[in-house]
Amino acid sequence: MSLNNAMTKVDRRDAKLALAHVYVAFIALLLGGLAGLLQVFVRSGQFKLPAGIGYYQVLTVHGVLLGLILTTFFIFGFQIAGVSRTSGTFTDKQRLLGWIGFWLMTIGTVAAAVMVLLNKATVLYTFYAPLQAHWIFYLGLTLVVVGSWIGSAGQISRYVQWRKEHKGQTSPLLSFMVVVNNLLWFVASLGVAVSVLFQLLPWSLGLIERVDVLLSRTLFWYFGHALVYFWLLPAYMVWYVVIPKVIGGKVFSDSLARLSFMLFLIFSVPVGLHHQLTEPGIDTTWKFIQVVLTMAVVVPSLMTAFSLFATFELRGRELGGKGLFGWFKKLPWKDARFIVPFIGMLAFIPGGAGGIVNASYQMNQLIHNTIWVTGHFHLTFASAVVLTYFGAAFWLIPHLTGRKLTKSLNSLGIVSGVLWAVGMTIMSTAMHIAGLLGAPRRSDYSEYGGAQQAYDWIPYQIAQAVGGTILFIAILVITYIVIKLAWFAPKGEEEFPIASIHESSGPTPPMLENFKVWLVILVALIIFAYTIPIFDIISNSPAGSKGFKFW
Amino acid sequence: MHIHKYEKYWLVFGVATLVAFLIILGIGAFHQGSHPNSNKKTIDYEKVKEIAPFTNPGVHKVEGKDWDYEVVILASAFFYNPPEIEVPLGSKVKFIATSEDVIHGFEIAGTNINMMLEPGYISEYVAEINQTGEFLIVCNEYCGTGHTLMHSMLKVVDPNESK
Repeated sequence: MSLNNAMTKVDRRDAKLALAHVYVAFIALLLGGLAGLLQVFVRSGQFKLPAGIGYYQVLTVHGVLLGLILTTFFIFGFQIAGVSRTSGTFTDKQRLLGWIGFWLMTIGTVAAAVMVLLNKATVLYTFYAPLQAHWIFYLGLTLVVVGSWIGSAGQISRYVQWRKEHKGQTSPLLSFMVVVNNLLWFVASLGVAVSVLFQLLPWSLGLIERVDVLLSRTLFWYFGHALVYFWLLPAYMVWYVVIPKVIGGKVFSDSLARLSFMLFLIFSVPVGLHHQLTEPGIDTTWKFIQVVLTMAVVVPSLMTAFSLFATFELRGRELGGKGLFGWFKKLPWKDARFIVPFIGMLAFIPGGAGGIVNASYQMNQLIHNTIWVTGHFHLTFASAVVLTYFGAAFWLIPHLTGRKLTKSLNSLGIVSGVLWAVGMTIMSTAMHIAGLLGAPRRSDYSEYGGAQQAYDWIPYQIAQAVGGTILFIAILVITYIVIKLAWFAPKGEEEFPIASIHESSGPTPPMLENFKVWLVILVALIIFAYTIPIFDIISNSPAGSKGFKFW
Repeated sequence: MHIHKYEKYWLVFGVATLVAFLIILGIGAFHQGSHPNSNKKTIDYEKVKEIAPFTNPGVHKVEGKDWDYEVVILASAFFYNPPEIEVPLGSKVKFIATSEDVIHGFEIAGTNINMMLEPGYISEYVAEINQTGEFLIVCNEYCGTGHTLMHSMLKVVDPNESK
């Protein structure tokens, strides 16, 4: 690892590639956040969208920009920088792959966005058939996915090169994690790629008349749950590798960090049916099997929680923290690079608990497609994950632009994190409660014919508007920080923090880097979990569906 | 691979809790028969109105079955047929529903009756009605601009009170 610590700066050419991704991500954050603000306003019942803009159009923008674009672009920017930092500068060829990926993804994003803005693709970001969008929307999404494959090939290739040059050595932890995440992404996105290329695209072009709706949904959710782990793992990279360095500590255990990533990989894909628990046409036994496989994720989650707090405690005690909780006070509470992701970690505790409810078979019926679910992923994804991205952006952007995170920008960073915590607590709590009372997600303001129950939901919708407004203010603060760090902050050197491994960690078993073994396990689990359900769906399928455009 | 002693305790405790939890879910599902809708019957979505039971949406009293009433619901953009359902307290009701066009939801707010309705598939769920009142039925899967216009009402009446 000493070699890696010596390489303190990311190469300028790699930095440029990483920054291009990060900029697109933050543009998506601002626009997607604005869409979110409009949504909570509309749902409060106090505000109507001007100029014939539809609620569901805004909702589609919000989901696509924040769920697909912010994430994929930020993740790639961070991963490119991370691999370049820990495995070394990319070769020209690897960097070229990165740029090809970047432009394909960007063109795809613009194409899809234009179709949404023209109201030709108001199908939400899950684009469930038989609602049929314009073919350019599907083509745009295809370009995003294909671009991401090419870009990730560049990153993986740099890791492979490192392994070849350092035979028998344990690879840099961050690069290893990037490779796991890219493999997860590749295997997962195959599902949605098959659905888009063989079903939705030819169908929207009129080449085929009908699609198998249940099959397309099943392929989507084969992808859809792994997608959320693809968002989460970069946050885990920051938690495992960066945060320990920020607080002055070390990685608690190299092997356990790698093991938890491998467990995420193998339990990411064969679990998608837990999003389809209330659907007809899928066997109860297979739903239940995938529920069990879903819950296996509890194991790497517990490992991660343990190792994070172990790192915090070890460091706090090193700094002289005494007693059971004295170490807690010693943590760097005035460092935005620490506290913003830390708020995210806290949000992940109720977020994870709610997730267990969602995946719990019968219990799912109480909350399925209610706004409880929206509240859930605004804790897990829109708090734990994105706050970690923000915390990382505070050092990543100045590191790449050759500027400094100044004291005042650091303070603003903390302000944004606190605003986020307050806004999200209000919004997400209101969503959880309204969801338990039955309020549906993805729904325009409605009084539902004057029903008493719908009337009872309205105070919670107003609370969501209050929370959402505070969140949007936080986004404005973050946008300001990002602009400063990109172009105006004073020149200087900002560290890309990479922690070294704690002495007590022990040697890492080579087995943990044997990707063949883990991929075989992954494929075996997928085949086990999906062969019979998909065979069933195809062999029992009714006549396919024609396309509908109900917006 | 070195694992800290406390981490072992933590993991053993966590995994044991998880296993216990999954066993409880499994008993609920396979011993007590509490499953979410997973019905496998298919139908031609373009001709549903000509195929029983969807030729006659509404509440039907049935004899000699495990349930007392069958409620047949036909969903389409953007309404439910029938627009209102009335069943007596204490009855066992089978909800039978399908979609004429896109995917819709069928959620009775404040209850655990919640199913996806997909074109070509019949969704079914048997529930015991143990609470009086008016329960709003909403479409909880985005189906187009009129999505939130799509609702119905379940009225549960106490037969003893009306006498």
